[in-house]
Amino acid sequence: MKILVCVKRVIDYNVKVRVKADNSDVDLANVKMALNPFCEIAVEEAIRLKEAGVASEVVVVSVGPKAVQEQLRAALALGADRAIQIDSEQMPESLNVARLLARVVEQEAPELVLLGKQSIDTDNNQTGQMLAALTGRPQGTFASEVKVEGEKAIVTREVDGGLRTLELTLPAVITTDLRLNEPRYAKLPDIMKAKRKPLAVTTPAELGVELKPHVELLKVEEPAPRQAGIKVDSVDALIDKLKNEAKVI
Amino acid sequence: MSEYLPPCNDIAFVLRELVDFDALCAAAGLTEVNEELATAILDEAGRFGSEVWAPLNLQGDHEGARLSEQGVQETTGFADAYNAFVESGWQTLTFPEAYGGQGLPNVLGTAVNEIWQSANMAFGLCPLLTWGAGEAINHHGSEELKAVWLPKLVSGEWTGTMNLTEPDAGSDLAAIKTKAVPEGDHYLITGQKIFITWGDHQMTSNIVHLVLARLPDAPPGVKGISLFVVPKFLLDENGEPGQRNDVACVSLEHKLGIHGSPTCTLSFGDNGGAVGYLVGEPHQGLAYMFTMMNHARQSVGLQGLAISERAYQLAVAYARERIQGTRTDGSKIPIIEFPDVRRMLMQMRASVEAMRGLALLAAAETDRAQAASDEAQAARHHQRVELYTPIVKGWMTELAQEVTYLGIQVHGGMGFSEDCEAAQHYRDARILTIYEGTTGIQAQDLIGRKTLRNKGVVLNELLDEIAADCESLSSDAQLAPLARRLSQGLEDTRQAVAWVLDSGAQSRDAAGAISVPFMMLMGYLCGGWVSCRMAQRATARLAAGEGDPAYLQAKVSTARFYCEHLLPRVSGLRDTILEGSESVMMLPESGF
Repeated sequence: MKILVCVKRVIDYNVKVRVKADNSDVDLANVKMALNPFCEIAVEEAIRLKEAGVASEVVVVSVGPKAVQEQLRAALALGADRAIQIDSEQMPESLNVARLLARVVEQEAPELVLLGKQSIDTDNNQTGQMLAALTGRPQGTFASEVKVEGEKAIVTREVDGGLRTLELTLPAVITTDLRLNEPRYAKLPDIMKAKRKPLAVTTPAELGVELKPHVELLKVEEPAPRQAGIKVDSVDALIDKLKNEAKVI
Repeated sequence: MSEYLPPCNDIAFVLRELVDFDALCAAAGLTEVNEELATAILDEAGRFGSEVWAPLNLQGDHEGARLSEQGVQETTGFADAYNAFVESGWQTLTFPEAYGGQGLPNVLGTAVNEIWQSANMAFGLCPLLTWGAGEAINHHGSEELKAVWLPKLVSGEWTGTMNLTEPDAGSDLAAIKTKAVPEGDHYLITGQKIFITWGDHQMTSNIVHLVLARLPDAPPGVKGISLFVVPKFLLDENGEPGQRNDVACVSLEHKLGIHGSPTCTLSFGDNGGAVGYLVGEPHQGLAYMFTMMNHARQSVGLQGLAISERAYQLAVAYARERIQGTRTDGSKIPIIEFPDVRRMLMQMRASVEAMRGLALLAAAETDRAQAASDEAQAARHHQRVELYTPIVKGWMTELAQEVTYLGIQVHGGMGFSEDCEAAQHYRDARILTIYEGTTGIQAQDLIGRKTLRNKGVVLNELLDEIAADCESLSSDAQLAPLARRLSQGLEDTRQAVAWVLDSGAQSRDAAGAISVPFMMLMGYLCGGWVSCRMAQRATARLAAGEGDPAYLQAKVSTARFYCEHLLPRVSGLRDTILEGSESVMMLPESGF
């Protein structure tokens, strides 16, 4: 079984995000970038499926400028077999990414496509769903457990107030939630081996996709600063404040 | 708890702009190693260091290590973190491939080591010593000895220690008393060693002690010391750790800092003698240790950088968040806006950048010596390694005292509280000017063996190189003010060197009295030199429209701060060297 894992380069989760002075966007100048944590979980799941003998090949794909090769190499170091970069100066919006990925899915014909449920920069939570729709595949989103049994994938999803278990007919699209697994650290010898693994570069034009903007970013603002808290001296005082000041009970 | 953000960008900048890493790898025949791979390695080391090691730094300080009936019990959590480190293959980085290493350049090993030492310095000492023990066996052991002990030190499955110091033999190793008596194919070792870093723990299935001891027929003094491998557990017929050897930790030091690192008194041979195996030839032990010394000392210098980087990050984070004062419009002022706080942060930053530049430049000389095409080239690079070593060790660890001091000062009263990690960095940094040869020993090495012995030839070559760089700097209008400062520092240094070669050569006391000022002067000059070179490369990138302008401009501003605030110290030190040696010894001993 072949697994395609779609990954995104995002601002490192450790970095304290700053907004550009003109509020046009988040300031990414000289900021550490990394593999999106949800995508990392998707890579880890694919590698585990390969280690378990379920998958035979893991291919990672990303959209973006040459710099995304860093994240593709990182995924190769974790154990993916080969990588594809869809070269694009801009980081396109979800629908365009999904359209590009749909073409790769067509070419690669993987039985399983794994994606992070969302990226921690734009938090859209759309690409996996759009990709499933564009490729006509069943989808299991927010997976906290994935089992492949024959032609089926059993996906446990985290929903409000409990777990929902789905059975998908392969080929399918699955997006990963935080508790699916705990990603490993790359080993030094594997980082060195990753350099020798194949990394193909293609373009939206080669894939026959024209990137059309549908969404315009108007402005980005810092959240309002939190007010300092106060200590209350009794439970009664707390209840009083919740009732009369916060008006939440 | 503070977060450690690995400065991978800054490390990569030094590798690219100052070390010329790609060219270095090409010259060494490492066709697959380049900046791109180095960046991937640094990123992953940074992730591992900040996520796995750094969170245990505070725990190590609070809990420390304790002595139990089973021996030394290390800090809770260290064993898992250590095993994850071994599993990821980090210990193998620079070791030869024949023994399971990755054969990567020393300068890359040094760059990665900064991350371990910043993340958790007390813990980082353990792999540092394992590296040293492994290299000693690799360079001087027989093939048989290497086959038995090396692979597991390379992998980190076993850790290593260095046993030199005894109660009466510290800086003077000639006084070593530990005995080694031949018995069959091995030796029986008896004696006591003190201050043995990571001398015992429960993290691995064996510990390989390297021990200096005297054979029965040994000549007196430094020429009669031999080097032995003494394992904690003897190996069974399958090469696995079996029976306990006659070596035990009898006490732990209660220390000012690096609480997470167990500092042991090891007793050898309480029950008849610990089994040991001779490394190399008899009576060559000290010479063997000396070949490890450059690397070990540079590594401690690197710890000075690493703890300074950590203190700097903590101080910046605090200065951004600490609110003191109100503007006329009623808004609050974070202390980072106050000029004096900025001065302190800039001084920390400029020190850190200069230290990193010098540490990696020095580490690269080891690679260049190895890759040299002819013996003359190799000798030149090796001499440069020898010259840089006491400066890297001596100056960087002294500067780290000031940086961690400022780290507390930025925090004000909070910094004096043990609830703030600034205090831990300050305490941890304090060992650095002491172990692996005190500041005094480094200075004596620089002025004696490295300067007077070769009549200043090696040092003057370095000064000529700096002079050439001054010229090229001054041709750039933007860098001319930096060039002027550097030229002034160089001129002061030449005067100081002339004094050392002339008056300093006349009497031992004269040179000894100003040896530390001389070492510090060389450090400040070299720091200024590497800062200016980095500024020059940043300016060139800016002019070419490459890279991130704000980042590159910051390199130039930081170098300028260094030139205006730290480099002028060279002039004061010159005055001390030229005029201050007599007053040092003026009072008779009875006057104290």
